[in-house]
Amino acid sequence: MSGEATEGGTGPSAPSSGAGGAFGPTPSQTAGPYLAIGLAPLAAHELVEPGSPGAVTISGRLLDGEGRGVPDGAVEIWQADPDGRFPPESAPGWTGLGRCLTDEDGGYRFLTLKPGRLTGPGGEAQAPHLEVLVLARGLLRQVRTRMYFPDEAEANDRDPLLSAIPDPGRRATLVAAGEGGELHFDIRLQGPEETVFFAP
Amino acid sequence: MTTRVEELEEVEGASLDPPYDYPAYRSTALRAPKRPFLVLPAGLEARSAPVFGEERLGQLDADLTRQHPGAPLGERIVVAGRLLDGEGRPIAGKLVEVWQANAAGRYAHSVDDHPAPLDPNFTGYGRCLTGPGGEYRFLTVKPGSYPWANHPNAWRPAHIHFSVFGRSFPERLVTQMYFPGDPLFPYDPIFNSVGDPSARARMVSHFDLELTEPGFALGYRYDIVVGGRRPTPVDR
Ligand SMILES: [Fe+3]
Repeated sequence: MSGEATEGGTGPSAPSSGAGGAFGPTPSQTAGPYLAIGLAPLAAHELVEPGSPGAVTISGRLLDGEGRGVPDGAVEIWQADPDGRFPPESAPGWTGLGRCLTDEDGGYRFLTLKPGRLTGPGGEAQAPHLEVLVLARGLLRQVRTRMYFPDEAEANDRDPLLSAIPDPGRRATLVAAGEGGELHFDIRLQGPEETVFFAP
Repeated sequence: MTTRVEELEEVEGASLDPPYDYPAYRSTALRAPKRPFLVLPAGLEARSAPVFGEERLGQLDADLTRQHPGAPLGERIVVAGRLLDGEGRPIAGKLVEVWQANAAGRYAHSVDDHPAPLDPNFTGYGRCLTGPGGEYRFLTVKPGSYPWANHPNAWRPAHIHFSVFGRSFPERLVTQMYFPGDPLFPYDPIFNSVGDPSARARMVSHFDLELTEPGFALGYRYDIVVGGRRPTPVDR
């Protein structure tokens, strides 16, 4: 139970220093400027082999409040396979996870497949989308958003989340630009076109 | 039957986590989002979490002292603990990644220009999957404190960066583990961005004699609790 978790250690006596906090969530801290040391080894920006049927390139920039690229950031995507399935139900080899460190211009790039529709708890369809998570120096907590597809106008209009965002300009920050296999999605941390973020 | 999201709740991020906008940490100024955050309705949350297979992890990934031909300089330490959910239940089989400066306070990163020595035998990166009881364990060296440009005479308390995946997207956590009794705590804006003293204390590991390897390495225990940040009525 949680009382056990409060103690943490297996030693006979209470810890002598440091552990003053009662049981509760571990707070978030920034990934800092050297996040690449920790996040590059498992970075995988290609979720499918180049040339795979239906492969889509999604690229964009992570931008700060002055419109400058964030060079010390990381973007992670998490998505269903084309049949709307997540691991372990998805096709063999499908991890559903992409991670890309931003380059000196704040740029990032993924090669993936368009996810299938997901079904909400009430049986309604959600438009195809990617979950997107951003880490960077200067972000004391991760930020989280979604990317929807521009060629799904009808599904996007009916999407329970997108359609609940009243301001069309705000809603548009969640939809990629471009068409076919080349999509563009900038993530703006601040400014008049600040991306819609969700509570992490 | 359909679930319609009539109105999205907006929050300012009130929680035990640090605020996004924290002027004492200068880098937040141009990067902290200014608009309120929307709360994703629980039913629209992705119903599973990223999965990493064992096959992607090398055998020595959890031992940061044996990734090079020689042994790194510094004080060898064991860092171990459990990954727990908001109710204190262990989370098994999830990825834990760590990165840190070497014993002299220098990162093996091209951007780090701190004139402290690099250690050819230390990269400062490790990873492992949590065991059946949510347990993880790393062998490493104690990182040094290092200066940074945030304000005059700014130094970071010694810390190890942690990145963990829970069972769902909201359980994803990136944080830093500190060491008990660090004299730099009162001066560090990143540590103090967490306003609640009890929550701050949860970022501090504790020395645990049971974890030490006699004659070889000291032991620090650090449990990581993900989730429990906001009500998540998602069935698991
Ligand atoms: Fe650091």
